[in-house]
Amino acid sequence: MEIRENVTGVERRKLNHGFIRRISVLELVTAKDLKKTYGTGNAAVDALKGVSFSVEKGAFLSVIGPSGSGKTTLLNLIGCLDRPSEGSLSVAGTEVSGLSRRDGARFRGNKIGFIFQSFNLIPVLTVFENVEYPLVMVQEVPASTRSKRIMALLEAVGMADQKKKLPDQLSGGQKQRVAIARALVTHPELVLADEPTANLDRDTAQSIIRLMKTIRNDFQTTFIFSTHDARIIDEAERILRIEDGRLTSNGNNGGIRHD
Amino acid sequence: MTNTLRIAVRNLFRYKRRTILTLSLIVLGIMFVSIFIAVTGSFKNMMIGQMTDSMLGHIQVHRKGYLAAIDNLPLNLNMKSQAYKKLEKTLDDLHEIEAYSPRIKFGGMFSTFVETTNIRLNGVYPDRESKTVPLLPSRLIEGKGATLSKGEIWIPELMSKSMKAKMGDMIVIIATNQDGSVNGKQFKVSGVLESVTGPGGRDGYIHIEDAMEVLRMENMEISEVAIRLKNFGDMNPLSSKLDTLLASQLNKQGKPMFEVHTWEKLSPFYNIARMIDIMTLFIKIMLIAIVLISIMNVMIMAVYERIREIGTIAAIGTLPGRILSMFVLEGFCMGAAGTVIGGVLSALIIYFANMARITFDFGRQTGLVLSAAISLSEILTISGIVIAVSIVASLQPALKAARMDPIEALGHV
Repeated sequence: MEIRENVTGVERRKLNHGFIRRISVLELVTAKDLKKTYGTGNAAVDALKGVSFSVEKGAFLSVIGPSGSGKTTLLNLIGCLDRPSEGSLSVAGTEVSGLSRRDGARFRGNKIGFIFQSFNLIPVLTVFENVEYPLVMVQEVPASTRSKRIMALLEAVGMADQKKKLPDQLSGGQKQRVAIARALVTHPELVLADEPTANLDRDTAQSIIRLMKTIRNDFQTTFIFSTHDARIIDEAERILRIEDGRLTSNGNNGGIRHD
Repeated sequence: MTNTLRIAVRNLFRYKRRTILTLSLIVLGIMFVSIFIAVTGSFKNMMIGQMTDSMLGHIQVHRKGYLAAIDNLPLNLNMKSQAYKKLEKTLDDLHEIEAYSPRIKFGGMFSTFVETTNIRLNGVYPDRESKTVPLLPSRLIEGKGATLSKGEIWIPELMSKSMKAKMGDMIVIIATNQDGSVNGKQFKVSGVLESVTGPGGRDGYIHIEDAMEVLRMENMEISEVAIRLKNFGDMNPLSSKLDTLLASQLNKQGKPMFEVHTWEKLSPFYNIARMIDIMTLFIKIMLIAIVLISIMNVMIMAVYERIREIGTIAAIGTLPGRILSMFVLEGFCMGAAGTVIGGVLSALIIYFANMARITFDFGRQTGLVLSAAISLSEILTISGIVIAVSIVASLQPALKAARMDPIEALGHV
């Protein structure tokens, strides 16, 4: 069920200064006829060919599909790292398809957390400092409140006792736990993870996905992650399947609706 | 800012060997420039001090046209007594002047009754001359502490040796006056002066009244007035001021009566001083090049090696301006560290060089003690140059990092 706000044209223009448009209180992500083309002319490649879907708040959703199908492109668009060629995309109540680079960065810093396949921790910073980084450099949270928030998250991901270590001193699974804490420390509404378990062994991968799920339950944060791993797909509650830039199925895990 | 600075410093230590190498280059550059400035600057200042304090004074005033003919010491271009009185009045009103000394300069014959040679002489008031060129008495290698009384002469060292004129000997000075008549007077040698480099460095000195007597002057006619200022730094402004004040003093033809010259126009050493300044400038340009190239190289490498990291921090919401400041701060830190280390090491080397009392010769002057020193303004200039160049050198790589597309950066292998 979707609850749409009754927003008049005048009110919308007022709210739309920039591209801000509130659409739904329950839908966190709404994509309509989303297209992305790279290059021009004969060299043009359509990475996404008109994708429409919505993601409700608190979802634990996996984007699946073969390599080159458009998964990463879709995550990049949702994460405001790229802009669609056509169509509209709303994330956390904001129309993000036209955000400037600077506004996109601000939006990401406040609303979206990222988990990367290669963990991407900053090697010169300790575990604590890596988690602290977005609070200091992005949100500029005062020092008095930072420590408590970081320690709570490090406890949640089981890395509190490793807080003084540098990334080089951690295993892959530990690094990804730290990356999860870093993604969550800004209290984002959405966490995007592109192949978060691709560089981990089977047991660690499962523990990471379960950790993400636990955190989703505890913090009510929406998770969207892409993966190839069938065992990880099983943990997803909802699945979007993309093939050749088109959405081929969309539904709850075990009861996928084919479009 | 503190956090950005902390990250910048950590990043510098990420590649320790490279940072140390670059830092060493900057430190060496700063040391080289500082020590060069300290040594050449002290040499220059010492030579200027020697010339201005023992012969020239800081500024000289002549009758218009005198300087062009100074090699002949033309008596017909001396200031008449009326003109000198006007000049005196102007000089007395200027509070920037510490002392001034009128001189009668002339050329004559020097005879020991056995041998005869030519000599250039200055007729001076000894007390006023000592106040204007305070190092003159210190040039006495014989007769130290003596005052120049009437009937006495201080002769240059070379003449003393070549003419075998010793302290206490009687000699005769013979000179032709303006009218062409020749006159002579006996003098007792009461001092032998060390020769120094520069104009007037091999002149003899007699009392001004003796000069008037030899030249049969009824009224005092002055060849030049040497002026000493309270503050050497006021030289150029005061010279201009004096020029303006004296411009209103016109001769019968309606042309300016006086000409004003600073020591720079009177001594060929000024060209050496200029060359030292130009060399210093080139050394500073070399320092700029060293810092610019080394820091730019390090920062370009730093950006290239951290592309994925830049993509990560951009993806998690770091604003481009913040990314720019992170990299600029890295360059700044390197420049600042180089400045501090280079400055301290330079100060130590200058200190120990002064302790060692290194001596050198210049012209006929031997055993001059090098007293290297660098002024605070020079230290601040060098530091400012290095830090500013460090920031400029970091800007291009930092801009590249700030403008990087996060997707491309994250995909970089």
